Amino acid sequence: MLPLDLDALTGCLASSACLVTQTTSGFIIGMLLFLVAVGLTLIFGVLKVVNFSHGAFYMFGAYFAMTAYQLTGSFALAMLCGAAGTAILGLVFERGFMSRVYGADVLMQLLVCYAFVLIFDDVVRMIWGPEFKSMGMPAAFQVAPLFIAGGVVPPYYLLLISVALAAAAVLGLGLARTRIGKVIRAAAHNPGMVSALGINTGLIYGGVFALGGMLAGLAGALAAPVRSLTPGMGFSVLIESFIVTVIGGMGSILGALIGALLIGMIRSFGSLGFPLFTEGLMYLFMVIVLVSRPTGLFGKEVA
Amino acid sequence: MTRTRKPGVSRRATLAMMGAGAVTFATPWVARAQAKTIKVGMPTILSGRVAQLGTSSRNAVMLEVEKVNAAGGLAGRQIEMVIRDSKGQPQEAARVARELVNTDGCEILIDAEASSGAFAVHEVARDLGVLCIHTNSETSSLTADPKQHIPNAFRTARQGVHDSIVGGSYAAAIAKAKGLKKWATCSPDYAYGRDTTGEYVTYLKRFAPDVEIISESWPKLFQPDYTEVVTKILQAKPQALYSCLWGGDLTSYIDQANIYALFSQMEVFAVNMADYTALTVVKNLPKGIHSGNRYIKTYPATPENAAWGDAYKAKYNEYPTNWSWENATAIMLLAEASKKANSADGKKIAEALRGLKIKSPFGADGTVTMRAEDQTLVGYAIGWGTTIPQEPYVPQVQAGDWKTIFELEAEWKKSKGYT
Repeated sequence: MLPLDLDALTGCLASSACLVTQTTSGFIIGMLLFLVAVGLTLIFGVLKVVNFSHGAFYMFGAYFAMTAYQLTGSFALAMLCGAAGTAILGLVFERGFMSRVYGADVLMQLLVCYAFVLIFDDVVRMIWGPEFKSMGMPAAFQVAPLFIAGGVVPPYYLLLISVALAAAAVLGLGLARTRIGKVIRAAAHNPGMVSALGINTGLIYGGVFALGGMLAGLAGALAAPVRSLTPGMGFSVLIESFIVTVIGGMGSILGALIGALLIGMIRSFGSLGFPLFTEGLMYLFMVIVLVSRPTGLFGKEVA
Repeated sequence: MTRTRKPGVSRRATLAMMGAGAVTFATPWVARAQAKTIKVGMPTILSGRVAQLGTSSRNAVMLEVEKVNAAGGLAGRQIEMVIRDSKGQPQEAARVARELVNTDGCEILIDAEASSGAFAVHEVARDLGVLCIHTNSETSSLTADPKQHIPNAFRTARQGVHDSIVGGSYAAAIAKAKGLKKWATCSPDYAYGRDTTGEYVTYLKRFAPDVEIISESWPKLFQPDYTEVVTKILQAKPQALYSCLWGGDLTSYIDQANIYALFSQMEVFAVNMADYTALTVVKNLPKGIHSGNRYIKTYPATPENAAWGDAYKAKYNEYPTNWSWENATAIMLLAEASKKANSADGKKIAEALRGLKIKSPFGADGTVTMRAEDQTLVGYAIGWGTTIPQEPYVPQVQAGDWKTIFELEAEWKKSKGYT
């Protein structure tokens, strides 16, 4: 089999049915990735630490949602538990551990995060067991897929994309327009000055970390009905999130959105045109961005 | 001349004490080597993503060892299992196997590794000459390739080529009956996925020559999201799909393909579906997926098999896996061979194992045989059927025919240059 199958790709681009199906497929992969990556980029932007344990929040979100769903049978409550649970976890993790290594050596921060990757995986193993689990699709979404211009779109994925887009909009507007958003941006820019103005920066840091954790947890909860749950499931998501933040630029929310959608589209259309080179294509794209714009597409020069 | 005795301990006394000490310390070791217990070492995967399978191997072994010990052990010696985690890494499996024999004094090895580790343990067995039974590796070449052949290694697992022959002929019959000509494949991108899919397609095309593969997908092992693969297959519009995804990957795939209604648009053949680990986890199992049997307590439909499955469930509170029956068979064969040889000596047991036929709950006709020529298990229950979302999950299994398997296997060996 040839690594290139351009006939399949051009054939797809010419057909509206294929175009719709593959584009939504790219959106699904991209939007879930965005929710994880945006937390990563937000935490880096404000706290200036790279949270290598971010994948664990995605994992906990999925497990919290599954447990809540099994206990209550309510999908909405499951999503809420996934998001709220990881927000609390993020706050505790930041206040208890991460806040102690701000300003420390990057290696030290990396070590703490990596330790928690292992600890969190083992905690999941202890609570939920080592075997893989499945949450199952809620009955409301066990319906035939929609056909839009001939393309197949599952209703659950429409919900997933809208929730993620809504989260992106709220986040973007919240940071740009509200007072809290202004304070967060100010803290990212000059934490010393913000602190001097009598604003509790510790609270802001904890809040941002909780927000980042919550978004990753929401992604995990949204993914739980369609992906199998295992200890360590956050790892591959984390790797792709890093690619997203590198492409989009560390600290940029718009960058995370564009980067995630790019990865989604590369996967979805790449699997048609370059079936044996889809993974490679992602990394190749990242390399090109790194060489031409080392700060990422929307990254700002680090002062 | 009078000898004056210096105060303290004399040289003679020192020597005597050292001698006594040596005896004291050496005695337990002598006792251990000669007497009652016989240590059986078992490297397997007890952590990481396939830990569930390793645990189910250990469970099955312990279930059978209890029975053997209650009946007097191996030629009067009680079996003591020494089970270690290899974490699924080949080099670690080899290290653990060597340590079990050299340091722990194990006289027999049960190699409960996946294929990658099994080949590493095989080399240790070749080097040390210890009796070794491979229980989980299904890669055909492990016993089919004469280069791999050593007199002290046996296999009690199914074999890839057997599965492919039965799966291919089953699929071909359905393809002919329903006119399924356009096929797609979707299997994990590593040795097992590529080889198994290749062999399956070979036999499918042999039995149904007008079958055409119009789309291939090779997702990564443990990939979290298969959406792009699902939609790619939908675009290709095949009439049938083959997959050897397994475990959590298979259940993810099913959940994601389900919401695209993929299962209503094509016949799906998933060799690893009918395993309790996957069947009990999938919440919305589509009806009518064709699958090979892995372990299922309703096939073979005998009271012995049902009783074995229930006894396992009663003890461990979950159903056995494919690896469980393969490991249980190793202990059953060991016990029977030791009885026949009236010895617990590895060489004598190996001699007795060759060509040994025993009664087994997992046999196609109530027996399984350790084939003498290549020292691998034959005659085990092998078949395909379609799934339903609740117990017994695969209500009717169509048995594979061992006569056909033997014929085609011989032909396959010849084509590979093995005979």
